[in-house]
Amino acid sequence: MSSTGFRQRLRSSSTLQYKVSVAIRLVIAVFLIIFSIFPILWVISASLDPTGSLATQRLIPRNIGLDNYQTLLTSGEFPFWKWMWNSIKIATIASLLSLSITTVAAYAFSRFRFRIRQMMLRGILLIQVFPALLALVATFLMIAQIGDVVPFIGLNTHTALILVYLGGAMGINIWLMKGFLDTIPREIDESAMVEGASHWQIFTRLILPLLRPILIVIFILNYISFYGEFVLARVLLKGTDQYTLMVGLQIFAGAQFDQRWGVFAAGALIGALPIMFIYILLQDQIIGGLTQGAVKG
Amino acid sequence: MTAVVPQNDREAKASTPAPLLPRLLRFVLLIVGDIVLIWILARMVSLGYLPLAAALLAIGIFVNVVMVRREAYPIRWMVVGLVLMALFTIYPIFFTVWVSFTNYGEGHLITQEQAIQQILKAKYLPESGRAFTWTAFKSDDGTYALWLQDTDGNAYLARPGEPLSQPQPGEAGIGPLDDKGIPETIEGYQRLNAIRAATDKNLTEIQFGEAGSTVQIRSPREAAELLPLYVYDSAQDAMIDQQTGVVYKNLRGTFTSPSGEQLRPGFVANIGLTNFQNFFASPALRGPLLRILIWNFAFATFSLLLNFSFGLLIAIMYNDARFPLKKTIRTLLIIPYTAPALLTILVWRGMLNPELGVIDRVLENLFGWAPPWLTDPGWSKVAILIINLWLSYPYFMLICSGALQAIPDDYYAAAQVDGANAWQQFWNITLPLLLVALGPLLIASFVFNFNNFNLIYIFNAGGPPMAGTPTPAGHTDILISYVYNLAFTARRGVDYGFAAAITIVIFFIVGTITLIQFRYTRMWEEVGENV
Repeated sequence: MSSTGFRQRLRSSSTLQYKVSVAIRLVIAVFLIIFSIFPILWVISASLDPTGSLATQRLIPRNIGLDNYQTLLTSGEFPFWKWMWNSIKIATIASLLSLSITTVAAYAFSRFRFRIRQMMLRGILLIQVFPALLALVATFLMIAQIGDVVPFIGLNTHTALILVYLGGAMGINIWLMKGFLDTIPREIDESAMVEGASHWQIFTRLILPLLRPILIVIFILNYISFYGEFVLARVLLKGTDQYTLMVGLQIFAGAQFDQRWGVFAAGALIGALPIMFIYILLQDQIIGGLTQGAVKG
Repeated sequence: MTAVVPQNDREAKASTPAPLLPRLLRFVLLIVGDIVLIWILARMVSLGYLPLAAALLAIGIFVNVVMVRREAYPIRWMVVGLVLMALFTIYPIFFTVWVSFTNYGEGHLITQEQAIQQILKAKYLPESGRAFTWTAFKSDDGTYALWLQDTDGNAYLARPGEPLSQPQPGEAGIGPLDDKGIPETIEGYQRLNAIRAATDKNLTEIQFGEAGSTVQIRSPREAAELLPLYVYDSAQDAMIDQQTGVVYKNLRGTFTSPSGEQLRPGFVANIGLTNFQNFFASPALRGPLLRILIWNFAFATFSLLLNFSFGLLIAIMYNDARFPLKKTIRTLLIIPYTAPALLTILVWRGMLNPELGVIDRVLENLFGWAPPWLTDPGWSKVAILIINLWLSYPYFMLICSGALQAIPDDYYAAAQVDGANAWQQFWNITLPLLLVALGPLLIASFVFNFNNFNLIYIFNAGGPPMAGTPTPAGHTDILISYVYNLAFTARRGVDYGFAAAITIVIFFIVGTITLIQFRYTRMWEEVGENV
């Protein structure tokens, strides 16, 4: 298949060959798209199938109805809205804090020259080698110990989860943000400095407005990753009312998955669609942010 | 001439210290923070959380230095981020190391200080000890007093920290006695009726009378001159039974008598390299661990190869500016990447359900047979690779098409002149250039999959389970999910120490891979440049 693509590039003079190749590639694209979106279509169909179980579902339900959504949102068995709200709250607070803390720090790394700057930058890079997930056991034990002294940062609190998220997101975000700050010419700062502006004024009045597009992208990327995070939330949160949507749905689906399939599908769709919508809407910017390093290299 | 004046003015402004109010505010906040920190540290030390207290102390000193010293001005901009990182990323790494040398786990969940406090609560009644019936009195400010009566008809008043006294009615605020010989009132106290006294949890904890000969409540009817059953001897690091004289020595986190009797609870203790020895040498563990390790590497390697080549193939096929519907195709193809992975993995779990899931129902109809995705070790692994392909090919497609566009067309033109065919061009130009550009991302992806807990755990919880393993392990478990089971779900009791030891081993594997990455990329050198 790939050789078809290349031969094409070589002999682009032949229009007929090109048309055949495009036709073949379009057919392949159809198969790829089926592979890509079938699970999503299947979930949509499951959520609309009033029988609600795994075994009886068909791609096009016999009777279409919103029964599963009704069960999900009104049954007192599981606090779906509460979970959704917890997820949105945690992801919003964590991404906003992470964004402001890392932007300020990255500004200092980008603009100030101080003795241990290089050592610190390398150190941050080195720490990023160890995924936060790995220290899961230690993090859990540490939060339990902190909770014995300061209960509102203990196990089963959102504060603790947000702080752990922040700690894990610092390194990579400082590096990412420093990269963007480095592309803003320092002459801008210097001319403002001559005018008598302080660093804080330069940062807030000159640099931040220039950074706005990338700030939005990083905010969204952080938001999506916090919103979808599972393991830490699973380990640190214990009460049903404290669960995030991901933890809640996973535990909910874990028991009697077969029977709850339809209701789960409805919940998964409500939980996933906003994120998918943002992603597809802003795909160019987000992909730009994701592949920055790759394309540059 | 006129231009010079404001410049001088500015220089003067720059050399004077920062305005008074912000400085004052900074110091006030710093002092308040320090007071809170000292309180927290004191509590932590009393609970025996020494590693955490040490880390907090170090962080606290760092923050103080940064806030006070003028030359640390740039660090002030990043101090919040650094503190968060130190506490929630760096400290857990060190704490993992610390835990890996301990027996932290079932039966050893608290610190030695906490265990000693609990064991010292045990009491016994010595032969010389007296027993009384009791009546409780409670004052408005929450202190208690007991009216004690022994079998000989003597009555005593007992307060915490004071010797027992024998006051007569009328003395020391004692009101008239009732028919049982108990005062109806004591000045400043309220008499508790039997039910309230029996349900008051504070009462049984309080030691009445002078130190050395204290009276404690044993039962709703009886109070007695109890003595602590054990005394802690810090020189021997042992508990000594006061009744029998038996010495319970600290043996790997449990006070144990020479005959092997143990005092509960046990506590966290350093056990040296035992956890690591178990990891490398225990035959019962080696079997499952070796299989898990091999599958862990195989999973990460195959995932990377499969996902990368699939993504690259698609990128090459549609790397053509004139291709019709290019944007639409791309949008539809990245859909798997846009939904939260946790949810789509659960969806796949439903679709691949044997018998009930759509895929097996279709295959059953077509071929009369369908793979048992969840129950067969081999098919379970295949399923995981397929799901991972679905989850991550869009990412590789995106980064590959980005990198493909960055390869100059001249290279291909030159190759054509030399008579290279498409296949040769791919192997000699496209692939090498792509690997250079994408190297770091590919290694990052390998490390990510090496620890892809979500996929393994949510699809099948590491199952199907292996038979006859000492701790739960499954055929699709990777190290990190095995660690998770050990620490959080083990049916035979959690073992944080062993889980931490395995984590250290993973650290080394991941660290080695990443160091290789640093060698082959310019990321490290970039720091040095004055960018």
